[in-house]
Amino acid sequence: MELFNSESKKIISDPINVNNPISLQVLGICSALAVTIRLDQAIIMTLAVIFVLCSSNVILSLIRDYIPARVRIVIMLSVIASLVSVVDELLKAYLYDMSKQLSVFVGLIITNCIIMGRAEAFALKNGPSKAFLDGLGNGFGYGLIIIIVSFFRELFGAGTITLPDGGAGYVLWSIPESWYAAGYENIGLLVLSPGAFIILGLVIWAQREMAGIEEEA
Amino acid sequence: MNFLRKIFAESGKLVEKGKPLSWAYPVWEAADTIFFSTNKQTSSGPHIRDNMDIKRTMFFVVLALIPCYIFGAYNIGYLNSLALDIERSLLANTIFGLTYVLPILIVTFVAGAICELTFAIIRKHEVNEGFLVSCALIPLTMPPDVPLWQVFMGTSFGIIIGKEIFGGVGTNVFNPALTARAFMYFAFPTKISGDKVWAVGPDGYSGATALAIPANPVEYDTASNLFAASTQFDFSLLNMFWGLIPGSIGETNKVLIIGGALFLIYCGIASWRIIMSSVIGLVLTAFLFNLLAGFSSNAMLTITPLQHLLIGSFLFGTVFMATEPVTSSHTNTGRWIYGFLIGVLTVIIRSINPAYPEGVMLAILIMNMFAPLIDYYVIQSNIKMRLARNA
Repeated sequence: MELFNSESKKIISDPINVNNPISLQVLGICSALAVTIRLDQAIIMTLAVIFVLCSSNVILSLIRDYIPARVRIVIMLSVIASLVSVVDELLKAYLYDMSKQLSVFVGLIITNCIIMGRAEAFALKNGPSKAFLDGLGNGFGYGLIIIIVSFFRELFGAGTITLPDGGAGYVLWSIPESWYAAGYENIGLLVLSPGAFIILGLVIWAQREMAGIEEEA
Repeated sequence: MNFLRKIFAESGKLVEKGKPLSWAYPVWEAADTIFFSTNKQTSSGPHIRDNMDIKRTMFFVVLALIPCYIFGAYNIGYLNSLALDIERSLLANTIFGLTYVLPILIVTFVAGAICELTFAIIRKHEVNEGFLVSCALIPLTMPPDVPLWQVFMGTSFGIIIGKEIFGGVGTNVFNPALTARAFMYFAFPTKISGDKVWAVGPDGYSGATALAIPANPVEYDTASNLFAASTQFDFSLLNMFWGLIPGSIGETNKVLIIGGALFLIYCGIASWRIIMSSVIGLVLTAFLFNLLAGFSSNAMLTITPLQHLLIGSFLFGTVFMATEPVTSSHTNTGRWIYGFLIGVLTVIIRSINPAYPEGVMLAILIMNMFAPLIDYYVIQSNIKMRLARNA
């Protein structure tokens, strides 16, 4: 089957590892800082971004021959904006608490450079099935990083690990009271955005070290 | 000496390139240069045009810090005896304080050595003695009752994020000791934010520090009156000068800091331009704020320039932190600008934003960031001037 030949695999796996949108291309940093305070927020945000990214890639790839080059940005934006509105309304309808926590950042998916970037760089030049895989790969790559960052930020900053559920989140594990009594303290810095920058920097460092990527000086 | 030389020559063969123990070369090199001078030339800053290498320069700084350690220990014991309302001899006070200072010191050095050695082995560079000065400075900026695991985390953060990720000593942007303190300041604000005293007393014993008194007054008054009204500690100018007030371990006694400054200036290690200009900047800004104090209800504006010099850790910061040769400006004109702005920023952060009672740490870190920019423009303007002169 064509879906699983080596080229398709590469389209999916490259953005997860060696060409990661956050840690290599350093795109989408704004939302990576904003929604990584809690793990459940990051997971929902990842799902929303994967949905928007895959759909917009497929739609734009289908109509790519009919888009005049001059107005392509406007068309891309209107497609992405409609999809984001759909996600926003869905969250409000079924995950109201989560939608309140994520507040404007769902709407700001429109301005997430990863989505515009993939549409411009990939979807307008490739067929719908490839564009779908590319959206999936980049969505996973984005999600992987923000889930790692939010895991550490929540664990060390607030002392809990929260998974998404229908309401305000299900606390999977929290640091026991006896630790606090023994003198443990949460690192307040991690809840602030500088903490996100530091964790993100460390993740990028580790990821580049593992992938063996050297920045040319 | 021949005996020692022989030991190092023999053990040196074990860690040569290609031998199975070659990963331990940085450790061997560090031990070797403690006893014997090296014939290697430095390849990165701080460049010292003298017969002193970095290790011996750093040694002088550590020497200047030792009196601060001893007084810091005494002060912990003295304040504790005040809190418990008992009489204790000078020696007993010092020994009591040492039981708090030494663990912090040991934890700092263990954490610093682990980070430095790990990076030296992975990156295959030599162990740089710069971390000894950073580690000697960190405990002096700590409150006496700080939890040791926080010291460990702060030190590791300072050495790794403040220094190693930039490439090690000589290429770092921020002062590692202050990076460590800034991390702890924002990560664990309950222990180290500076609005509560850090005296070691009975359970629940607390009070306002000199900087917190005018920051949160019950009723508006001038800072001098507020200090005089404080009954818990004696915040007279003389007492602040001699350092018998609560604060971080090494910063309270101004006599020892001024002595250390003179010693470092005499040895040619600290830049007198930075120290002078930061004091000028602080005094001028404080004077300006005094003039403006009538228009505001912020009591911090009424702190006189002299009080600004004596309260908090401004002098300690400007003498031992701001003059660090790597992160400060390298041109003489640049040093004047750099120091002056540290003084100005310290007063601004202290006075305008009561959430940060101590401003000197943030002021120095901010100016560390701008030091290369200042140098760049100083050099450019010099080039322009010379071009114009010779045109």
